[in-house]
Amino acid sequence: MSLLTTHGLEVFYGDFQALFGVDVAVEEGETVAIIGANGAGKSSFMNALSGLAPTRRDAILLAGEAVGGTPAYDMVKLGIALVPEGRRLFPSLTVEENLLMGSSGRTVERGWTLPVVYDFFPVLRERRRQLAPTLSGGQQQLVAIGRALMANPRILLCDEISLGLSPAMVQTVYQALAAIKARGTTILIVEQDLRAALAAADRIYCFMEGRVSLAGRPAELSRDAIQAAYFGTAR
Amino acid sequence: MRYGIAISTWNSRLILIAAGVVVILLAFAPVIAPRSLIQDLILIFVMCAIAQCWNLLAGYAGLISVGQQAFVGLGGYGLFALIILAGVDPLLAVLLAAIIGTLIAIPVGLLMFRLQGAYFAVGTWVVAEVFRLLLAQWKALGGGTGNSLPRTATTEMFGLSTINALFGVRNAVGREIVIYWAALALAAAVVGASYLLLRSRIGLALSAVRDGETAAESVGVDITRTKFAVYVFAAFGASLAGALYFLDSARISPDSAFTVLDWTAYVIFIVVIGGIGTIEGPILGSIIFVVLQSSLSDYGPWYLILLGVLGIAVMLVAPRGLWGTFSDLTGIHLLPTRRRLVPLGETPPTREA
Amino acid sequence: MSLLNPLIQGVLLGGLYALYAAGLSLIFGVMRLVNLAHGDFIVLAAYLMLACVTALALPAWVALLIAMPFMFALGWALQRLILNRTLKNDLLVPLLVTFGLSIIIQNGLLLAFSADSRRLTVGELEIASWTFGDISIGVVPLITFIVAVLVILGLTFLFYRTRLGRILRATADSTEIVQIMGIDPRHVFAIAMGLSFVVIAVAAFFMGVRANFDPAAGPSRLLYAFEAVVIGGLGSFWGTLIGGTILGVAQTVGAAINPEWQQLAGHVVFLAVILARPRGLLARA
Ligand SMILES: Nc1ncnc2c1ncn2[C@@H]1O[C@H](COP(=O)(O)OP(=O)(O)OP(=O)(O)O)[C@@H](O)[C@H]1O
Ligand SMILES: [Mg+2]
Repeated sequence: MSLLTTHGLEVFYGDFQALFGVDVAVEEGETVAIIGANGAGKSSFMNALSGLAPTRRDAILLAGEAVGGTPAYDMVKLGIALVPEGRRLFPSLTVEENLLMGSSGRTVERGWTLPVVYDFFPVLRERRRQLAPTLSGGQQQLVAIGRALMANPRILLCDEISLGLSPAMVQTVYQALAAIKARGTTILIVEQDLRAALAAADRIYCFMEGRVSLAGRPAELSRDAIQAAYFGTAR
Repeated sequence: MRYGIAISTWNSRLILIAAGVVVILLAFAPVIAPRSLIQDLILIFVMCAIAQCWNLLAGYAGLISVGQQAFVGLGGYGLFALIILAGVDPLLAVLLAAIIGTLIAIPVGLLMFRLQGAYFAVGTWVVAEVFRLLLAQWKALGGGTGNSLPRTATTEMFGLSTINALFGVRNAVGREIVIYWAALALAAAVVGASYLLLRSRIGLALSAVRDGETAAESVGVDITRTKFAVYVFAAFGASLAGALYFLDSARISPDSAFTVLDWTAYVIFIVVIGGIGTIEGPILGSIIFVVLQSSLSDYGPWYLILLGVLGIAVMLVAPRGLWGTFSDLTGIHLLPTRRRLVPLGETPPTREA
Repeated sequence: MSLLNPLIQGVLLGGLYALYAAGLSLIFGVMRLVNLAHGDFIVLAAYLMLACVTALALPAWVALLIAMPFMFALGWALQRLILNRTLKNDLLVPLLVTFGLSIIIQNGLLLAFSADSRRLTVGELEIASWTFGDISIGVVPLITFIVAVLVILGLTFLFYRTRLGRILRATADSTEIVQIMGIDPRHVFAIAMGLSFVVIAVAAFFMGVRANFDPAAGPSRLLYAFEAVVIGGLGSFWGTLIGGTILGVAQTVGAAINPEWQQLAGHVVFLAVILARPRGLLARA
């Protein structure tokens, strides 16, 4: 049984429909990447999984259990943590306070704790007393990832974590993801950088206009097929 | 298909004509109506004018004031000062008092516009308190205990003798009729002016910004300046209404002139119950209010608790009020000010955007 | 006549105003809500303690200890049952709902306790004072000021040194993002309102001990609280103490010049501050 599956997932913003019946399956321990053009509905998908966007109950199954529409503050307790698009750190909190916020919902101290995150991203230990907005964009992204890890998720959702980062920082971030995966965490990323996505992911899904336009293993997908699924050009 | 922007409905001209007829009929009310009804109607007109002004502020300009009593009171005190201290004719004094209130509103508004949102709201309340305390110091107008209009002041009021002869009534009744007409004219003028303002380009820009349809910079109208103009207009309406009200009651004190209960709490109740952000709402609301007031006000505190509970319930359950909810359900707008997109050539009274 | 005495009395009075203001500032900081019934809840809490004192023959300070958890529960319930429903809207609904509550509370108190003005008594302490030359410092005003400082220290500690404070500040930053941290903002808001109401109880105790109150006393307490918050600068607990003190001094100095100018002088200083520094004296840039 897959760890996480969606069945006919739909997301509405008022009258506007952003997703039209999306089916995705993620196995335990996998890294899955979602690609797609701007406005394809990738963030809407992540928001539905994290509980920020409402959905039908049976549209999302976590280890076989229907959890769609669970409020975000309970979804994280079920083991789904989100690194939101644009980082969204708490600007009036310090780095350390931001990280601690990530553990607000959990009750046991195990797995990812403050010292573990600091060992993982040593630069954050030096900056722990600084207010979050005073960090560089790349450092802020590390805080956002660390904050999500502090929830000890079974599934880590990362929405465009390489956006606006230097190539060196992108590498740092993806090395971190690999290390997180090595600890057994399942990872779902949204990535605009096609090369990074293909390199990091075991499988990819391509979204177009609210639907899955392509799915498969990177090695099995031809460049043309991806291009067609991404831009909607003739197949 | 081409679209134009329509703000009229098919029957809106009919409605305007009907509104005119209603005003004319109301003007003849003193011929047949008993005095108590005339007094109730005066109160309806006065409250309707203040409520319509507050509705412009809160429902369209996004300015929530809990200090409109400042201008009602200034209108009243301006009137008393002009009549008692300067011997001005009462009806002229009403106009001049409103102008005084409006002039004072300009610096007050400049100061208040430095505050945003909820801070603006409480700031306006502080200003009203300042005027209450200041006028309580004005010994020539009775200080803290207030003052009454001398009987002689209104017996020589403009037009009074003609009316007395025409209706065959005594001074007291004739005075009431003059005030009644003035109040009717006030309410009709404020409603009419609001209607025209909201249908103008400026009003449409205000509504668009309020509804979050567009950013303030993109509507081609200086929104802050427009809001300021609305604030000053609302002060003018409130001062005028206050001057008329206190001419009718012929007695004023700092506490009655600047009471937050009468001139803000009741007014908010009227607008909220009637329907905020609609022209019809405050009219409906002031009728409901005066009916409630005359039948329930003997219950004192219980009556006020009822008003509070009703107001909160409407805010939570049907925030568009009676009229707003009614027109949402039926699609009926008597005095439409909202833009609707309509296919060109199908609806007669359209305006190209 | 020297101005030193009104100055000192004003500073002490400022402690009371800081207590009024701290609760208002707290909820504005967390949820951008201005509770127009804040002053009326202060008066309500004072009547609650009065009822404890008269009905149960308890000392006033015991009544305060009873009132604090009760007021916490009241604030919590108010937020959960009513105010949380208003927060998704713009500011109109919360402002008008709290304004309606203000009318309801005033008239409810009028029905329950009549319009007579009342007072909380704490025995001989009320009139005790220390005299230095022509300056006399009342024990109750001094205690009020000290308690105000302690309350503000406590709130600052709570906000900047505890887990709850971190959550309160994070929720003020973003109600959406705290949710993906496992936090229900409605619950956080209810706790914030409860805390504000505990401060209200403390403020009410000292208001009732220092002076008479009646059911209509709420709105002016709201205005003093609001003025103290604005003068001191938004979003700072110490700012409320500074704002309260400035307001208190303005009032006592005004009253020393002409007894009828007490309130007026306070309002005028407030207006002068918005003219000169609309974001308050302590505002962070
Ligand atoms: N809160 C919202 N309200 C209304 N519409 C929204 C909202 N959020 C997203 N949308 C719409 O839903 C569609 C999908 O948006 P979404 O953010 O999921 O796209 P995306 O694939 O993440 O795009 P990008 O690569 O630009 O981040 C877009 O058309 C967007 O305008
Ligand atoms: Mg996105």
